[in-house]
Amino acid sequence: MISDITLGQYFPGDSCIHKLDPRTKIILTVLFIVTVFLVNTPLGFLTILLSVISLILLSRISIRVILKGVKPIIYVLIFTALINLFMTKGESQPLVDFYFIEIYKEGIIRAVFMALRVILLIIGTSVLLTYTTSPISLTDGIESLLSPLKKIKIPVHVFAMMMTIALRFIPTLIEETEKIMNAQKSRGADFSSGSLIKRAKALIPIIIPLFVSSFKRADELAVAMECRCYRGDKNRTKLVKLEFRGRDYAWFGIGLVFLAAVIALMIIPSHITGILPETVYNVFFYKI
Amino acid sequence: MDNYNIRALRCENLSFVYDDDAEQEKVILPPPALDNVTVSINRGEYIAVLGHNGSGKSTFAKLLNLILQPTYGKIYINGKDITSEEMTEDDIFDIRSKIGMVFQNPDNQLVATIVEEDVAFGPENLGIERSEIRKRVDEALKVVDMTDYARHAPHKLSGGQKQRVAIAGIIAMHPEVIIFDESTAMLDPLGRREVLNIMEKLNREENITVINITHYMEEAARADRVLIINDGKLLADGTAKQIFSKVDLLHSIGLESPQGTELLAELSKLGYDVPSDAITEDECFDALKALLSQKGGRL
Repeated sequence: MISDITLGQYFPGDSCIHKLDPRTKIILTVLFIVTVFLVNTPLGFLTILLSVISLILLSRISIRVILKGVKPIIYVLIFTALINLFMTKGESQPLVDFYFIEIYKEGIIRAVFMALRVILLIIGTSVLLTYTTSPISLTDGIESLLSPLKKIKIPVHVFAMMMTIALRFIPTLIEETEKIMNAQKSRGADFSSGSLIKRAKALIPIIIPLFVSSFKRADELAVAMECRCYRGDKNRTKLVKLEFRGRDYAWFGIGLVFLAAVIALMIIPSHITGILPETVYNVFFYKI
Repeated sequence: MDNYNIRALRCENLSFVYDDDAEQEKVILPPPALDNVTVSINRGEYIAVLGHNGSGKSTFAKLLNLILQPTYGKIYINGKDITSEEMTEDDIFDIRSKIGMVFQNPDNQLVATIVEEDVAFGPENLGIERSEIRKRVDEALKVVDMTDYARHAPHKLSGGQKQRVAIAGIIAMHPEVIIFDESTAMLDPLGRREVLNIMEKLNREENITVINITHYMEEAARADRVLIINDGKLLADGTAKQIFSKVDLLHSIGLESPQGTELLAELSKLGYDVPSDAITEDECFDALKALLSQKGGRL
């Protein structure tokens, strides 16, 4: 049923990636995304592929879970690949030339690497961040990283609190939706047949009660929070404090080396053309 | 004004009118939700406030905690007027930290996605030091017997367990008065018993003033003192025995005494000599036993 949806896709565990400070993971994820977009040679891709594989192994998250995470984007993937395949114009003769369809060698290579790039991006960020960080520490991490913005009067704490409450109420609201759906079904509502418009209309008797009860909930929660002396982040302490430890600094080091390596792989090739055999050069440093 | 002990809480002529659009000039004001209630509550008392739905009992609770401001009347803590205009936000903050409140729906009171972080929410707001918060959270979870669930997600707990977590969240603030606003109404019998036991434990062992707002007679019968609110007015104030022996008064406002007491009242109307102040099941049992042995019957 819909209540099976896992909250924020978090898989509890105690691997070395789970234990990292959420801020470290957020920063590393940003570094990772930048690198994945920068990389443009097969050797660079190989580096990223290897590091993603080692991340998966380190996080001890089963490969099945990870493949499941890629499944929903399969259509996006195919679409991106096809666009690249048909829209890339190469210099050599097209391999296929059928009326308006022209496929070049460059197009094929580009399509493959583009798909690989998206897959690596999804797997890398989810292993590094969403699978291994609980939503609450993710929120704490974001709040802490954005806290300099408080100086220019951006209510960072309020946003973080909103996120926390939203996460807290997702399962509650799902439960409620199920209850309302069952109540409407028992009154003869039909959600699963008829045209698209008819089915969309059938959702109205679910959405309206859901909204009404959410507002009621919000009101009650606000009163309860006030009773517990909530007044924003004024003079507020925290049970769990985020602290960078040795392992966080070590991981920053690894992240920077990784970024440097990928950048180096982009720059170096033009200087070493003479040293390596032509074929090696063409395979590893082919500009995609 | 911090660190005072709430020795006495006194309400004088407390009235409240729900007035949603106060700006409109209205000829007829809605009837007051609370009407001229005067009552004193002392430290360590265990009080039940009874009334049917819409009687104003919840309004009464919200006024005590300054969630609502009284339309007329005053509330005093140790003789100090806490409803005066001079009260600053910090003063109100202090009062709320001393008068905790547990509500009806446990789902709508829990803020965090992990039990112990939710319990820590109150102390965090009070600006308490980290090690002290840790200590308080552990203690509070132990009081409500939820230590094993410290790292669980609230939405996976039962109603009674959630309500216990909500209570722990209040206990961790170290209040002196806890108001339970129909906190057992949404729970199953087992959950209700758990919550009620915690209430009584807090009252007996921690000397916390407990105000249980309820419409369950059996719960009210366990309190030391019972207040009955009907149509916003304080109708009766006395010990549980005094109140529940007035079966006719209760009937006139649509409430009932505990079943045993009702039975004894009927018997007494028929001319039997039975006590009218037996309110717990055991007392009623003894009364009936005495009556039967008197008549030569056996039990």
